[in-house]
Amino acid sequence: MNPSALQMTGIILRRELASYFATPLAYVFIIIFLALAGVFTFYMGNFFERGQADLLPFFSFHPWLYLFLVPAIAMRLWAEERKSGSIELLLTLPITMWQAVLGKFLAAWLFCGLALSLTFPMWITVAWLGEPDHGAIAAGYLGSWLMAGGFLAIGSCMSAVTKNQVIAFIVGLVVCFLFLLSGFPIVMDAFSSWAPSVLVEAVASLSFMTHFEALSKGVIDLRDVLYFLAVMAAWLYANTLIVEMKKAD
Amino acid sequence: MIEINHLSKHFGAFTAVDDLSFTVQPGEVLGFLGPNGAGKSTTMKMITGFLTPSSGSVKVCGHDVSAAPVTAKRLIGYLPEGAPAYGDMTVMAFLEFIAKVRGLTGAEAAARIAAVIDQVNLHKVVNKQIENLSKGYGRRVGLAQAILHDPQVLILDEPTDGLDPNQKHEVRKLIESMAKDKIIVVSTHILEEVEAVCSRAVIIADGKLLADGKPQDLAARSKYHNAVSLSVAELEPQVVAAAIAALDTVAEVEVSAAGRVTALPAAQAEIYNDVKALAEKHGWALQELYVEQGRLDQVFRKITLGEELSRENVQEAA
Repeated sequence: MNPSALQMTGIILRRELASYFATPLAYVFIIIFLALAGVFTFYMGNFFERGQADLLPFFSFHPWLYLFLVPAIAMRLWAEERKSGSIELLLTLPITMWQAVLGKFLAAWLFCGLALSLTFPMWITVAWLGEPDHGAIAAGYLGSWLMAGGFLAIGSCMSAVTKNQVIAFIVGLVVCFLFLLSGFPIVMDAFSSWAPSVLVEAVASLSFMTHFEALSKGVIDLRDVLYFLAVMAAWLYANTLIVEMKKAD
Repeated sequence: MIEINHLSKHFGAFTAVDDLSFTVQPGEVLGFLGPNGAGKSTTMKMITGFLTPSSGSVKVCGHDVSAAPVTAKRLIGYLPEGAPAYGDMTVMAFLEFIAKVRGLTGAEAAARIAAVIDQVNLHKVVNKQIENLSKGYGRRVGLAQAILHDPQVLILDEPTDGLDPNQKHEVRKLIESMAKDKIIVVSTHILEEVEAVCSRAVIIADGKLLADGKPQDLAARSKYHNAVSLSVAELEPQVVAAAIAALDTVAEVEVSAAGRVTALPAAQAEIYNDVKALAEKHGWALQELYVEQGRLDQVFRKITLGEELSRENVQEAA
């Protein structure tokens, strides 16, 4: 029996996920993620001083955490395959390009989800200290995971551009930074002087920060969810094109 | 059957494969020969669906590789150049992954994995990480991966590159054992390998097909075909050479550094008996006397460097 498209994606996913844990990468990432999340929440987010039983100070630092950590997860996805030549093995197996791209991306996304879910002591802490809105916290977690997916899709695509993981990391980080802050003066000023206002508004509406803000406060707006899903789909589509273009180099 | 039809591949202005056409039948072991950069690997990458042809088509058992890539890839086992694999996996985990992708499950998968581990002799390293293996073992893991699903079509890009003579011998035995009713394409630049395992040889250079035939037929195009070599004890080779050169049927005489004299026949002549008679007449103490079948390496050089033969001549001869 030949595996179905879904099964095949799952086979690629499991191999990829296992490879995170074959090296210290997974453990280093998880430890750093948890440590930084804690430091940001308690020291910079004034978790206790605020005197409120919610996880807003925790979630509000996630965009910045992801900005550096997610490209580090994504950088190896394709760059390593191309460097070692295993891309030739992978793409001559009876799989489609989409199964390969999606399987790898989902492995990284699940891994991020695992790291994120290990922050559960935060949730327990607020639940113990007060009576938080559990629905809002769940929405915050969902939003955070969706945003991580957006960053990952960008990182995965950038990883296909080069064989060099360091370059993949830096380029991925820069593109993620642009998307994160596209609604803010730091990016907008580059456009507002010359671009038509429609384009400026379009760029502004692409900001991860704006779309994540509502979710992190517990408001699940379908538009925000769809936004992140669309971002992932678009970057992964670009990812398939770039792999197709670059695989022979 | 593999049908390659007017296949070309351009990288920018560079033409790697130039209008290549040939077919390979089941039961054939095709030796794919050519100098480095001739387009061997590029052709194999197009057969296996890794690269998209610039023009032309490849059909594997009737399935067009560009139009139905997944179906075609299911039929193919492929050892890419350098035998890439996932270095962070153990040999066992890697083969299990390949088995799953190839649609093998449960007892069937376990049996096939055990069988290929046996065939390429990986027992000692099954639980080692692939990146820690020697080159020889790495190559064998690549072979194991390629034959795991017992494919109808086997494409091996330099399967013996970097192996020691014993390992080369094992790989050749493996290819021979699988040759029956499979289609096997082996690229190599080791000519002895072609003579040892291939039923047919295709020579390409600069992406063009230059020769296609049985290894012995190709070797017969050598100027050494039907040449007679001999060594004589207690006599200067030059003296022997001069005596043989005087024969009418001998076109040219060569003396090797080891003192072996080789007489090249003039125009298809059979000169063995002439040389033998001459040796008896002079009462030479012969240490060896034999007819050469032709030297493939010399034909290879002649064809790929374009010495003497232009492309048209080769096609006429074929």
